[in-house]
Amino acid sequence: MALLSKKDTNLITDPLADNNPITIQVLGICSALAITAELKASLVMAISVMFVLGAGNVVISLMRNIIPSKIRIIVQLIVVATLVIIVDQVLKAFAYELSKTLAVFVGLIITNCIIMGRFEAFALANGPWRSFLDGIGNSLGYGVILIIVGFFRELLGSGTLFGIPVLGDPIMKTGLYATGYENNGFMIIPPAALIVVGIIIWVQRSRNPALVEEN
Amino acid sequence: MSLKSKLHELKLKYQGKKMAPAFNAFHTFLFSPDETTHAGGTHVKSADDLKRTMNTVIMALIPVLIFSMFNAGYQHYSAINGFPADFSLMNDFLTWDNFWIGIIKVLPLVVVSYAVGLIVEFIFAVIKGHEVEEGYLVTGMLVPLIVPIDTPLWMLSVAVVFGVVIGKEVFGGTGMNILNPALTIRAFLFFAYPTWMSGDKVWVYGARERSEEILAGANVDAISGETILGYLAQNKGAEMTYSVSDMFFGFIPGSVGETSAFLILLGGLFLIFTKIASWRIMVSAVIGSLVMGLIFNQVVDFGWVGESSKFYGLMSFDFWKHLIVGGLAFGIVYMATDPVTGSQTNKGKWYYGFFIGFISVMIRVFNPAYPEGVFLAILLMNVFAPTIDHYVVRGNIKRRMNRLKNATIYPKDSDGKTEELKAETV
Repeated sequence: MALLSKKDTNLITDPLADNNPITIQVLGICSALAITAELKASLVMAISVMFVLGAGNVVISLMRNIIPSKIRIIVQLIVVATLVIIVDQVLKAFAYELSKTLAVFVGLIITNCIIMGRFEAFALANGPWRSFLDGIGNSLGYGVILIIVGFFRELLGSGTLFGIPVLGDPIMKTGLYATGYENNGFMIIPPAALIVVGIIIWVQRSRNPALVEEN
Repeated sequence: MSLKSKLHELKLKYQGKKMAPAFNAFHTFLFSPDETTHAGGTHVKSADDLKRTMNTVIMALIPVLIFSMFNAGYQHYSAINGFPADFSLMNDFLTWDNFWIGIIKVLPLVVVSYAVGLIVEFIFAVIKGHEVEEGYLVTGMLVPLIVPIDTPLWMLSVAVVFGVVIGKEVFGGTGMNILNPALTIRAFLFFAYPTWMSGDKVWVYGARERSEEILAGANVDAISGETILGYLAQNKGAEMTYSVSDMFFGFIPGSVGETSAFLILLGGLFLIFTKIASWRIMVSAVIGSLVMGLIFNQVVDFGWVGESSKFYGLMSFDFWKHLIVGGLAFGIVYMATDPVTGSQTNKGKWYYGFFIGFISVMIRVFNPAYPEGVFLAILLMNVFAPTIDHYVVRGNIKRRMNRLKNATIYPKDSDGKTEELKAETV
């Protein structure tokens, strides 16, 4: 027997492509703009969101029958806040420099619409295992976009990947820089992320016209 | 058989083929096409179409381009040898040496701008299967005129691809864009490669090479290509040797084509005369910049900004001189009047133009990184143009509704009494 049934597999794979939280549902844009100038920060953000969303979905799903629906948003907020604080403290303890780069944005995972969206739309109505898969799937979809954006922004903006120079040294003029190439300062500033996300959305919808909304 | 009918036959031959848009682009470049609307349709009989409009703007830009080619050489040699003591137009400016620098430095910018931009346009036309749009004709000429002369060609290519794709094609092509594509390209260059777009080494051909030679140990004089605004931003206005007539006629360093206010003025008059560009936008933009300049002058006169302030140089600059230095004149005449991205309503054009002038001078003074803000001001107002139009249209509707409400309508009653009908249900 396969590890996951077909329905469960879809929970993971759908958000990666045709139901991507960033490019299709256009959620979580704020953090996608803010922290994707470096690939490392993107990766850490993706992992943090994966932890918060995976664990949060399970917790909410377990409590789904005892949460009074009138105060469910507050309960959800408390769950997210707890998990976010755990992530924040872990980062501060083990990756202090990185936690400074991410600064307020780890704390702001709490306002990431993807998380509340999944709690509301999925965890409140499904069992813990499926909720867990859904959380992992959605945070993977989120993380993939973050990493693609981070890849292009860091490569074109700083000429590095994970902080390692890959195009040569811009000051000593080695590698690609010897030919007169320069880093693109535009990619460092947040509007560039908006444009990269826009291009991803464009490419995705050109490949699959079914995703284009009627208007 | 005339060339026109021959081309038309070729066109029929290629009809429906993949390459048809590419052929049509050249076919109608100079001739109007032979087709007519089918009987019963609406016939518009006018020699004025998009291509004619674009060609007229190009005509207005040609003198600026030629002047800029001479100026490229003039600035280069003057920076090396010093400015000529008694300037004569024929001996010092209109020389082959100067023109040659223009050919090797300015012409490549024009060629690359057109080549890259048109390739992108053709690719999009073939993919989308529509006609090649004329929009890039003017953009392609504007772009080389608003960049510093030492801009590397590959940077220009990258920026042109970005500007045409993100600034225009994603919105649906010519006529659908929100932002002026030429200024999008300029803004992209400015944010992507700031060291090539500002400072005192990019405005004169050779200044950057010379400074690199000095860094490498060569025993040569540094040449400075600081713009007038650059001098003022550093409070070094006194060191400047340019006279007002230099500024007006354009014998000053700056972006390739922006220097000659005189030729831009002529181009502007030509565009107004041919009714291509809106005189309302031009006039109101001039007024806007003068008002902002006057405000700054007054602030200095009242003594609120002392000579130690870093804004003193630009704030104390005579208000009317803002128009003849930097890119303000060029921006007002050729960029702000873009009919696609500007306001459409007559009243809206006044607001739109006024704020372009006003904000241009404001950014110019307060921008700490770069003493120029025309392109930013125009892009900003491009974004607001639809909003301005919206409120102008709403205002008009409201005014007419009021008139209608208070109107007296006279359908005479059968018994001869006048019945006043308030049109409140309208």
